[in-house]
Amino acid sequence: TMAATKTSKEQRYDRQLRLWGDHGQEALENAHVCLINATATGTETLKNLVLPGIGAFTIVDGHTVSGEDVGNNFFLSSSSIGKNPDKLLDNDPEFFHRFTLVIGVQLPESTCLRLGSVLWSASVPFLVCKTYGLIGYMRLVVKEHTVIESHPDNALEDLRLDQPFAELKSHIQSYDLESMEKKDHSHTPWIIIVAKYLEKWLSEHNSQPPKNYKEKEAFRQLIRQGILKNDNDVPEDEENFEEAVKNVNTALNPTKIPTAVEDLINSEQCSNITSQSASFWVMLRAIKEFIQSEGNGSLPVRGTIPDMIADSQKFINLQNVYREKAMQDAAAVSKHVECILQSVGKVSCKNASFLRVVCCRSLAEEYSVDSVNKDEITSYMDSPDSEMVLYLMLRAVDRFYQQHSRYPGVYNYQVEEDISKLKLCVNSLLQEYSLNVNIKDDYIHEFCRYGAAEPHTVAAFLGGSAAQEVIKIISHQFVPFNNTFIYNAMSQTSATFQL
Amino acid sequence: MADLDEPMVVDGGTGTRCEWEGRWNHVRKFLERSGPFTHPDFEASTESLQFMLDTCKILVIGAGGLGCELLKDLALSGFCNIHVVDMDTIDVSNLNRQFLFRPKDVGRPKADVAAEFINSRIPGCCVVPHCKKIQDFDETFYRQFHIIVCGLDSIVARRWMNGMLLSLLVYEDGVLDPSSIIPLIDGGTEGFKGNARVILPGMTACIDCTLELYPPQINFPMCTIASMPRLPEHCIEYVRILLWPKEKPFGDGVGLDGDDPDHIQWVYQKSLERAAEFSITGVTYRLTQACFSSLFDSAACATEVFKIASSAYIPLNNYMVFNDVDGLYTYTFEAERKENCSACSQVPQDLHFSPSSKLQEVLDYLTESASLQMKSPAITATVEGKNKTLYLQSVASIEQRTRPNLSKTLKELGLSDGQELAIADVTTPQTMLFRLSFTS
Repeated sequence: TMAATKTSKEQRYDRQLRLWGDHGQEALENAHVCLINATATGTETLKNLVLPGIGAFTIVDGHTVSGEDVGNNFFLSSSSIGKNPDKLLDNDPEFFHRFTLVIGVQLPESTCLRLGSVLWSASVPFLVCKTYGLIGYMRLVVKEHTVIESHPDNALEDLRLDQPFAELKSHIQSYDLESMEKKDHSHTPWIIIVAKYLEKWLSEHNSQPPKNYKEKEAFRQLIRQGILKNDNDVPEDEENFEEAVKNVNTALNPTKIPTAVEDLINSEQCSNITSQSASFWVMLRAIKEFIQSEGNGSLPVRGTIPDMIADSQKFINLQNVYREKAMQDAAAVSKHVECILQSVGKVSCKNASFLRVVCCRSLAEEYSVDSVNKDEITSYMDSPDSEMVLYLMLRAVDRFYQQHSRYPGVYNYQVEEDISKLKLCVNSLLQEYSLNVNIKDDYIHEFCRYGAAEPHTVAAFLGGSAAQEVIKIISHQFVPFNNTFIYNAMSQTSATFQL
Repeated sequence: MADLDEPMVVDGGTGTRCEWEGRWNHVRKFLERSGPFTHPDFEASTESLQFMLDTCKILVIGAGGLGCELLKDLALSGFCNIHVVDMDTIDVSNLNRQFLFRPKDVGRPKADVAAEFINSRIPGCCVVPHCKKIQDFDETFYRQFHIIVCGLDSIVARRWMNGMLLSLLVYEDGVLDPSSIIPLIDGGTEGFKGNARVILPGMTACIDCTLELYPPQINFPMCTIASMPRLPEHCIEYVRILLWPKEKPFGDGVGLDGDDPDHIQWVYQKSLERAAEFSITGVTYRLTQACFSSLFDSAACATEVFKIASSAYIPLNNYMVFNDVDGLYTYTFEAERKENCSACSQVPQDLHFSPSSKLQEVLDYLTESASLQMKSPAITATVEGKNKTLYLQSVASIEQRTRPNLSKTLKELGLSDGQELAIADVTTPQTMLFRLSFTS
């Protein structure tokens, strides 16, 4: 039955649904990705997309399976179109337009750049992956990727104590701390306590809130003085007041629009909304208009408060004040959205502070002599063992392949003699891009030693990372990396560069 | 389910080697070629591969999310002698990441199915399954392995394993015999975060040295749960901690199983009722335990197994953390040994209490201290020449008999200054000795 299938799917995907929700899962199931080259790295990536339920995948791989492929690859009989990506680029580049995202694995430089150019024009996100010996490499190429739900780790609360909205003000006013019985006094939420004492402070300090450390300490003292005393004048144990004192810093945080969101609001895409604009930009525009009208300069109220010591009723009443305001603000934003566009955006505006956009440079820009990111490269190379050297070695190895139609050191007898050939490639690379950096000979030796091996554990690591980033792109949740990721299995370290 | 005392004979053939041209090419490059970054002890040769294929014995603990990945990674890296221990059976919710299992396997032991799959998929690989708890084995079992890798989701189990390997260490004249060291590689995961670490028992930081890195489970105060709930979580905890033991919905002695949909359904319904009582909204079926496994920890762990088994590179020293909520972030550092670690320092642990302190206070200290975090310690001491159990929780009749001791003072129990207390707990396979030091 339908109900049974739905429940069994919910059960199967239960653990991941807790991370990205039904809408994230839906996006995943509607996606169709293309994998180019079903090597160990490629199939590991694919496994990690198939398991959570990716809608469809297509594999493009012109190679025939060899003995060593069977040795490091868990999937021996995946069905493949058997076409060659280069041939497709020659004859039918639009083949790639149908995909939600393309994953290119172990691609030689020329194929990679050609594919990059096709996908950039078609605005199809492209993830380049390579396992080379003990090094893993990923490059994300996406023009403009919007993230509505970034799920930040440590978000500041949105309490509005510096500018309480009307309903919050009157709720605070409904409390009279001085006349309360002990039980109520000890179970009043700290937000109310801070608000009350803040009112007192403002009236005594010319409407100026506590700003520096000295003033905040004085404010804390003011609150402490509010703790009830027993008949012997000894302060009672009032944990809610302790909480209030502890949270003074958080409470006094001025309500502010995050810089990231400010930049987005002032961006061109936000100013020029057309019928082609993605719902992300429509939402942002609606939020901008809200800020300029009902919001009085602030974002819609988020509506959540942290847990705190209080009796159930007081806590829930306070929580409801914030919740109802958030719903009011959301309704106002929706009206703006309606006015901007016929259809209404599906997403909730409680994520307003966490909107993010990731824009990656194209491969063409990374590889062009005119626009190569010299600063990034040279500054990281100040430490000669930084992961940046591994990036440069991968570029050098690509160059070697272009010149010799093979990778260095594949066969034992080649290892020694290829070192000097690879060194020439390194030097020509550095010269072409005018990179005044030094690459130790040890790395050149090591990359010959690798012989373009694709050890399974490194492929598995990269496959896990790649799949995770693909899921982020498809679901528009969590923030993907920007734009080059290097993993060093020798040292178990990694780095992200923007190239 | 019959007890497995002997290794199962599974398809794929124990001991039959099926090689083909180029099979181990990817691996060979790291074993047969010298290089500038290899371990100082490394010598390029063709023998390392043979060691890994024929002799090296690895134990994988757990056949869940991490365990399945580990088995695959090890098998495809040349390890052909692997044992796997897991007492669980397969549930439908496992199928979205534990890829060695299929819908038809639901209900069967994870260890068995995982072993079958790997053995048939990777010719020549012999995975021996054990559908048991780690505590069911003793030193003679663990001693046979070269390296042990953990893919566990329980800190208690990790600590037990840690304790077991520490108990295998041999000291001669106070000097540690390196051949008694069995490296422990440990991976952990939760949502978009994870970690991988290398432990050389007796040499590097052990699990207990870094216990503070594992924050104790968020325990809401009892008064909140019992009478003043505010959040959906409080309602769920109420049902889990207070209602379940009272109503025993699935029978006497049946514990709540987070993987059993019927159990969860019951908790969900009851939580809704509780929440309605207090006008709390937000109780959803999806409880707030995330356990979608990251996939890098297992791969990173397997890489370390390879490095250690082959001496190809210096192993991770010694802790790697991943966080992929925003981009991809890893951080690698050397966790330090704790000077007075209760597990590995061999420094006798002192207990400072006044003679008028009650035994309950000692018990509370053992469970609440961030560096000990014991679960249900059993305390025994030698009093007037006789071995006396002061308190033991795990056997109901003994618990009842010794419960009155908790409200007696240490003096009343006949304990003296400098006295040794032997304390046993699920977090360690060996009894720990503590020294009572009276304060005035």
